[in-house]
Amino acid sequence: MGRYLIRRTLFLILVLFIVSIITFVVFVKLPAQDPALRAAGRSPTPQLIATIREKFGLDRPLYVQYSRFARGLVPWPGLFLDEEVYFSYTNHVAVREEIYSRVPVSATLTFGAAVIWLAVGIPIGIVSAIKPRSLFDRAGMIFALIGVSAPVFWLGLLSLYVFWFKLGWLPGSGIPPDETIPQAVLAGRFILPWGVLALAFAAFYSRMVRGNLIETMSEDYIRTARAKGISENRVIFKHGLRASLTPVVTMLGLDLGILLGGAVITETVFNLPGLGQYAIRSLLNSDFPAIMGVTLFASFCIVVGNLLVDVAYAFLDPRVRYT
Amino acid sequence: MAVPLLEVKDLRVQFPTEDGLVKAVDGISFSIDPGETLGVVGESGSGKSVSFLTVMGLTRSRTAIIEGEVLFQGQDLLTLPNEEIQGVRGSQISMIFQDPMTSLHPYYRVGVQIAESIRTHQKVSKQEGMEQAVEMLNRVGIPRPEERARQYPHEFSGGMRQRAMIAMALSLNPDLLIADEPTTALDVTVQAQILDLLDRLKQEFNASVVIITHDLGVVAEHCDHIQVMYAGKIVESGDRRDVYYDSHHPYTWGLLSSIPRMDETSARERLNPIKGLPPSLIHIPPGCAFHPRCPYRFERCDQDVPSLLTSDGHHASACHLSLADKERIFKENVMARS
Repeated sequence: MGRYLIRRTLFLILVLFIVSIITFVVFVKLPAQDPALRAAGRSPTPQLIATIREKFGLDRPLYVQYSRFARGLVPWPGLFLDEEVYFSYTNHVAVREEIYSRVPVSATLTFGAAVIWLAVGIPIGIVSAIKPRSLFDRAGMIFALIGVSAPVFWLGLLSLYVFWFKLGWLPGSGIPPDETIPQAVLAGRFILPWGVLALAFAAFYSRMVRGNLIETMSEDYIRTARAKGISENRVIFKHGLRASLTPVVTMLGLDLGILLGGAVITETVFNLPGLGQYAIRSLLNSDFPAIMGVTLFASFCIVVGNLLVDVAYAFLDPRVRYT
Repeated sequence: MAVPLLEVKDLRVQFPTEDGLVKAVDGISFSIDPGETLGVVGESGSGKSVSFLTVMGLTRSRTAIIEGEVLFQGQDLLTLPNEEIQGVRGSQISMIFQDPMTSLHPYYRVGVQIAESIRTHQKVSKQEGMEQAVEMLNRVGIPRPEERARQYPHEFSGGMRQRAMIAMALSLNPDLLIADEPTTALDVTVQAQILDLLDRLKQEFNASVVIITHDLGVVAEHCDHIQVMYAGKIVESGDRRDVYYDSHHPYTWGLLSSIPRMDETSARERLNPIKGLPPSLIHIPPGCAFHPRCPYRFERCDQDVPSLLTSDGHHASACHLSLADKERIFKENVMARS
């Protein structure tokens, strides 16, 4: 296990390195406005621009520019997202501060939604699988179809229109700057975003659980369990579900990793100050240090999510051993 | 004559499908006495597994049409409510399956799976259940049973897994053990070990055993009584001697002739298979289902369905040939060659 973890950590570094190079190359090649020109404000003097260019390191060769950014990716207290380099071109805030202040919002959104989609998706999947082609199964699968196909931005706006604007049951979008996250949660500001984000995933998970469980229930070892004379409920929940939830754990790890790096559309629609919103804003402003920082943070979340899934597998499935 | 342990009367199992009604089991009747070993022989799709899965109440399809009676110690299992049949399954009738590789749950320790079976039917603590499981593993000849009980199925070899399955099946001292092709997935040397083990345990546990197989060689040594099935019907049934040394049905003759011989004279001979394929169970041929493949067929065979008739009270066959013809053909064409 130890050697496996070391290997995977090296792999993680490799992935982040590749992502950083690609992000850097794409940015350099994109015909964006000169960052120095923008930072200089209105009617800048050539001297000021030159000073800024020097400060941002834009006058240096590309490999030097890249190495400045790369150095900030070393997870070491003094180096990591170094404020000298990872400093926003547009709003002049350190990328590190921005990311740290936004992670709790994205995390609250992600984990809250995950609880909902698991609590909804798994039971629907189980009942549909136990009674395939029943009325419940059909209804469940229609729900799944709608959930999977409804675009999140449409669903978000629709839910805001109905529950905030028309009915006034729930608060609208955004979090006031003076509100902490627990306060915002208590004020119900996360209910709609959670629901909208969870719907698509609940739909997907219910389909997945249904498929897995139906497949598992036709395995030989389920027949053995029945031949033992144990009750059908125990056959389903102890023998069937145990085997069919393992792939769900895999998906969950990956999905959480992806969403922690920013649920872009949901955060945009509900105006939540999370990482997804930051990513969009940085992209629209061609704010390179911010893009680099947020992209790498998102990649980091995904790779770590992946790693946790693989480690969890060793505990969930006795046949899996890492060396 | 003793009261039979299991008596099956005119059992029919049919599965409606989009292509038509599949007649998997087409009216079979038989009985098993206490302590008897019954061998059920037939090709794939002859209905041998389905009949016994139905006896266990394990027929997979929810839409299956099941008719007839399955009397176990006088009780009709087909009419029992679900909870009661669960009480019979595993404790009074238990079953082991063809593929030990996939028949054990991959996520649970072997000992736990055996203990689960025990604890389902007996009020014992977890620890007692485990102790009994270890004891059972010991009795089926698994070395270091304490250690083995804590391992997962993938750490067992095929033969060891089948032993573990047998341990599980016998853990509640059942009256009837159904072994559905118990050796098909195993190496030849392991096959013999498993069959010998079944023989020994049958004595120890005083159980009746059904061995379902497509291999006449398997049942030869280990069964008292043999019934041969074809297209959902029993075509011949009798004592081991009857079926081997005085067979009365052309299908059985075909099976006997197709057993490879290892002696000198036959070394250069080709295998002698039964020509043709087993019929579709949706369109079973009229008359005798075997007639399209039968070398001895005559006019009657594609019109009348032959009944399973006996001349001496225990040896029965379903064939229109006269008894004299059967005996003559068997002596001349089958015995002479095998």
